Amino acid sequence: MSLDYTNDTAAAEALIKEVLDAYPEKSGKRRAKHLSVAKATEEEGVTGCGVKSNIKSIPGVMTIRGCAYAGSKGVVWGPVKDMVHISHGPVGCGHYSWSQRRNYFNGTVGIDSFVTMQVTSDFQERDIVFGGDKNLDAMIDELDVMFPLNKGISIQSECPIGLIGDDIEAVAKKKHKETGKTIVPVRCEGFRGVSQSLGHHIANDAIRDWVFEKGVPEFETGPYDVNLIADYNIGGDAWPSRKLLEEMGLRVIGMWSGDATLAEMARAPKAKLNLIHCYRSMNYICRHMEEKYGISWVEYNFFGPTQIAASLRKIAAQFDETIQANAEKVIAKYEALVADVVAKYKPRLDGKTVMLYVGGLRPRHVTNAYEDLGMKVIGTGYEFGHNDDYQRTGHYVKEGTLIYDDVTGYELEKFIEKIRPDLVGSGIKEKYATQKMGVPFRQMHSWDYSGPYHGYDGFAIFARDMDMAINSPVWNKFKAPWKAA
Amino acid sequence: MSLRQIAFYGKGGIGKSTTSQNTLAALVEMGQKILIVGCDPKADSTRLILGCKLQDTVLHLAAKAGSVEDLELEDVMKIGYKGIKCTESGGPEPGVGCAGRGVITAINFLEENGAYDDVDYVSYDVLGDVVCGGFAMPIRENKAQEIYIVMSGEMMALFAANNISKGILKYAGSGGVRLGGLVCNERQTDREVELAEALAKRLNTQLIHFVPRANIVQHAELRRQTVIEYAPDSAQAEEYRQLAQKIHANAGKGTIPTPITMEELEDMLIEFGIMKTDEQALAELAAKEASLCSSGAA
Repeated sequence: MSLDYTNDTAAAEALIKEVLDAYPEKSGKRRAKHLSVAKATEEEGVTGCGVKSNIKSIPGVMTIRGCAYAGSKGVVWGPVKDMVHISHGPVGCGHYSWSQRRNYFNGTVGIDSFVTMQVTSDFQERDIVFGGDKNLDAMIDELDVMFPLNKGISIQSECPIGLIGDDIEAVAKKKHKETGKTIVPVRCEGFRGVSQSLGHHIANDAIRDWVFEKGVPEFETGPYDVNLIADYNIGGDAWPSRKLLEEMGLRVIGMWSGDATLAEMARAPKAKLNLIHCYRSMNYICRHMEEKYGISWVEYNFFGPTQIAASLRKIAAQFDETIQANAEKVIAKYEALVADVVAKYKPRLDGKTVMLYVGGLRPRHVTNAYEDLGMKVIGTGYEFGHNDDYQRTGHYVKEGTLIYDDVTGYELEKFIEKIRPDLVGSGIKEKYATQKMGVPFRQMHSWDYSGPYHGYDGFAIFARDMDMAINSPVWNKFKAPWKAA
Repeated sequence: MSLRQIAFYGKGGIGKSTTSQNTLAALVEMGQKILIVGCDPKADSTRLILGCKLQDTVLHLAAKAGSVEDLELEDVMKIGYKGIKCTESGGPEPGVGCAGRGVITAINFLEENGAYDDVDYVSYDVLGDVVCGGFAMPIRENKAQEIYIVMSGEMMALFAANNISKGILKYAGSGGVRLGGLVCNERQTDREVELAEALAKRLNTQLIHFVPRANIVQHAELRRQTVIEYAPDSAQAEEYRQLAQKIHANAGKGTIPTPITMEELEDMLIEFGIMKTDEQALAELAAKEASLCSSGAA
């Protein structure tokens, strides 16, 4: 969009072949379906990025996928701040996923907000043999005494719950009757599905069945009510996003699940429009709200000025002329800021290449943000994407871009080694291996403990961070002085 | 003599607990020191030896105390008929939790806490179907050396015996478990002995004993006793003594079973007239209809 370039298709295809050659025949055949190069299509500006996706990983290839529990507790439910989320089962699942997604929130931990707390039923042998229902029942009572301001409790099932067949729904119903609070049982046992993706779906279904179905509250609606869906407020992402929407005259009546309250979720069906950022993790509930309550939904992208402006106009087009005029005003208002950021960083980043490997929406959504800074995305892939994600990717990436689904440890390392991009954006597991290869790296799940990256405010931080990674003086020291030519 | 570990498996309701307790009562008469490990949440594997149902099962006490680490062996081991040591794993009520995990926990506890010291025999009595890994525990990990399958001439009992053989075969290579033999508990079905012997042959094992049906077993059971204790001079007591002697003499003679396919088993049953072929069934149906029509006409 902002830059016209193509990547080297022939080189990418040769590279895929080289990588696949190292596999045993059967694995090579299976992996071949997940690797591709974006091709030109008949549609102007859209490439074909179709690869096989959302199927079981091959054992032993070091996939970085998570599990259904991670998708529900870690992604969808965990950030809902005024509920206590029980990791139901043995202690490890909750403990080692504790506070990993940096979902920011306003509130006081342990009083009215519980996002950064690790609450687990800590299953013992006895709970496995005799069932954990009694324990869960007692635990919910104790939580209510300890945290009287909690608005509800979610029960996030770990694997053993499904294995021993505990009836957590019965416990949820009983405790709801006794306490009057929302109790949400979620069947997100980790062994279900091929990745965290099924966990998102199960968690969405739980919102439908245990929040919406329990009754939508009375709420005074307005003509510009929207829900901001599937922004998890990582490093505060949702705040600059919400600001833009409010500046253009919309009223955000629900922001999920980053910095979210249960009340915001419950009243969501009262909105006029759903705005969805991470399509992968929450399209299910948006489709449900469309079917049941007639609320249409719009996908948007708040990474980088090109996409922000396009998204603001796309959203405004759903409303009247006032809002449309406001959208233009908002875009104009930030033009100076954008110009400053671009003026400062584009000369330092122009022409630099990026390879991405991330989760739900970022493998495509950040593409134009890089291009706004003069950079080129030359490879991208999803951990747990589906067909529809790869279809959408075609609207972002250029011809010749390397596409890799559920990439294996070996493949990614080889791709980076051969391509030697100027920047890799992926997760903590890839970070140090990449840096040791002498390639600059940014974590694109956690923003490397920085952020926010959404909105105009986030773009400035994004630009600074990418510059910091790529142009760090440390890379001049990569060659031993006695070996320097 | 080194420790011998045996286990009784078989279809639910076939009389495993009754057969095993009577046999063990006969073995104790022969001077053997015995430990019974009941592996059934119903905890009825030691009732005839103790004269009452064992209330203090490993798992119920562990649940009360917090964990098995908080238990002492004395808490869960009771002494019954002629010094037989009795334990029951116990387990959850029907429909909750994981009884299989419970069996594993209980057996590990007993072993680690010395329940197996100073006995000649450990006998496991396992619930009807090997539904999951937990109930296969006694045939895994070098526990029971010989499995005795209690069966009868009834179709489902034969199916179960074949399935249990599959389980034994699975672990025969890794753990050294062997099939000791079939114990046929008479149900007075057609050609029962021949059928049991034929199945034994197909499974590469022996029909170690044919226990005739006798009401005295029932009388003894109502009094919470084995026949050995209730009517030591009866013919039935003698049958159990014979079985005990055969098992005692069977040490090290177990075999690796050769389970057969479902089709082979069905063919066998048809051959013995237990199951009908489709043609037979149709012919019988036709005969029945004919007789109904003729009686209607009359």
